[in-house]
Parts: sequence; structure tokens; C-alpha cells
Amino acid sequence: MKSLAELAAIKEKMQNKVIMREGTGDIRVVVGMATCGIAAGARPVLNAFVEGVNEAGLSDKVTVTQTGCIGICQFEPVVEVFEAGKEKTTYVKMTAEKAKEVIEKHLKGGTPISEYTISNV
Amino acid sequence: MKELSLNILDIAQNSVKAGADRINITIEETDETLAFSVEDNGCGMTPELLASVTDPFCTTRTTRKVGLGIPLLKLAAEQTGGKVSITSKPVSLYPDSHGTKTSALFYKKHMDYTPLGDIVSTVVTLVQGQPQISWSFVHKMKDKTVELRTDELKEVLGGVPLNNFEVISWIDAYLKEQYDGEQE
Repeated sequence: MKSLAELAAIKEKMQNKVIMREGTGDIRVVVGMATCGIAAGARPVLNAFVEGVNEAGLSDKVTVTQTGCIGICQFEPVVEVFEAGKEKTTYVKMTAEKAKEVIEKHLKGGTPISEYTISNV
Repeated sequence: MKELSLNILDIAQNSVKAGADRINITIEETDETLAFSVEDNGCGMTPELLASVTDPFCTTRTTRKVGLGIPLLKLAAEQTGGKVSITSKPVSLYPDSHGTKTSALFYKKHMDYTPLGDIVSTVVTLVQGQPQISWSFVHKMKDKTVELRTDELKEVLGGVPLNNFEVISWIDAYLKEQYDGEQE
């Protein structure tokens, strides 16, 4: 059974890490979670990023957050990737599968997948 | 929306945008009905704004945050013979007790009933996106009740944020376990 004791163990484990993490977060992944995004399937996309970033061992470097409608509802689910010192990448019509690719090639590999970006539609 | 849990996610986002720091999501199910409510202590709405939120074409700049979310919920409920009701106390008139409560009733046996779907994913998504909010989730079913109160988790976690991946995974497993009935 899942117990609060397990949470206490997570706390012990995490406390050192949390201190380390402050001030990093070079990459920000922002998923649109307004009505348009949700209706188009943003929830599994968000969860794929949250899980995938951790599995890829990128959680110290990449933060996954949510935002509202950014005005391009016809292209939802929309995911924006902000990297320090680089131009923003806007991925459109995302799926959980595409999210896994973005984590592998872009967040880990450093090269945006241009065929999924807004400039390619 | 393909699942009612997506409507719930969407309605809860309105509470987030209203600046709430406490949001209670309640679902009550019987054999015949599913009723849910999202209650917050956000900025609330004036009677004028409240009157227009179910009309998608009455959207002005200030009401824009409401948009299609409420009309979509209303459609989903009414097509089963159910209804949506919203009560709200604006902060301008109720400085100490402001907030909004959105309730929806669905008749489950109607052929146009949308299934609840992946509600665990909705709760996890909300906590991940807004870990600073006090979330309460209670789902009462005929034979059991599934609950999550993030205040209780925060007490144990101290400074570790709720959107820490291991905590999010724990919440996901904790809820799933309650639904699967393995907690006994």
C-alpha cells in the first residue's frame, strides 16, 4: 500500500537535490493547457514530458510547466521550448509519441525537430 | 471533450486563473448519476459576468478566460438530461468569503453520457501544474471513496515541492491503488 512513510522517504532523498537544483533549469518546456489544448489532447502530451524528462535523467536541467491559451488554438496541442541564449521553439499538433522524440533529439540531443515546429505547417 | 475528466481539468484551470489558493474537486456517483463540483476561493465573478459565462458568443475581453469551457461542460451535461449550475461571490462584494462553485450533473445511462475517463491523470496534471495550491479531491462511489488532500502531503514533504517527479509518481500510484481497491 502507498503510505505517507514513502513520501517521507522521498523527502529525505530529495532534500539535497532540491538545493542543488536551484538556479539551474536551463531549459523550460511549456505545454498549453487551456480549453483548446485540453480538448486537442494536451493532457497526455504534458504527462509524456513529465515522465520522459525524468526517465531521460534531465530533471535537473529541464523544467516542465503549463500555460494558458497562446492564441494558436488550431495548432494545439502546442509545446514551447525555451532555452537560455537560444530562440524559442514552438512545436505544434503534438502527441505523446512526438513528445518522446522531442525529449530524445531536442532536449537531450540539442537539435530541434523542425518538421514538428510551427514554421513547418 | 472526449472524457468528463477533461472537462473537470478545464474547469479547475478557471479556478487557477481566478487566483484561488484552495480548490476542492468533488465527484459523487450513484448507479444513475454522476455529479461533480469544483469549488475555489478565487476572485469570484460579478452577477453580470456570471450571467454571461455559459454563452460562448457573449465573450468580451474580461470574460475571455471563460471562453468555451463552460459551454462545453453545459453541453456535455444537458445532452444527458443533466445540468450545470454556477454560484459565485466576487471579491469586490465578499472580501472574506469570495470564490466560485461550478457544479454539474450527468445521467449516466443516457446514450450521450461521456465517460469520466482518466480522472487520475487530471488530478496529477493539476497538482503538477499548480503545486502551490491546496488541492482536495474526493470521489465518492457506491462502494468506496477515493481521496487526496495535498495539504496532508505537504506536511510530510516539508520543503520538497509537490511537482517533484517522485512525488507526482507517488500521487499517481496512490490514487490508482485506491481505485483498484488494493488498499485493504
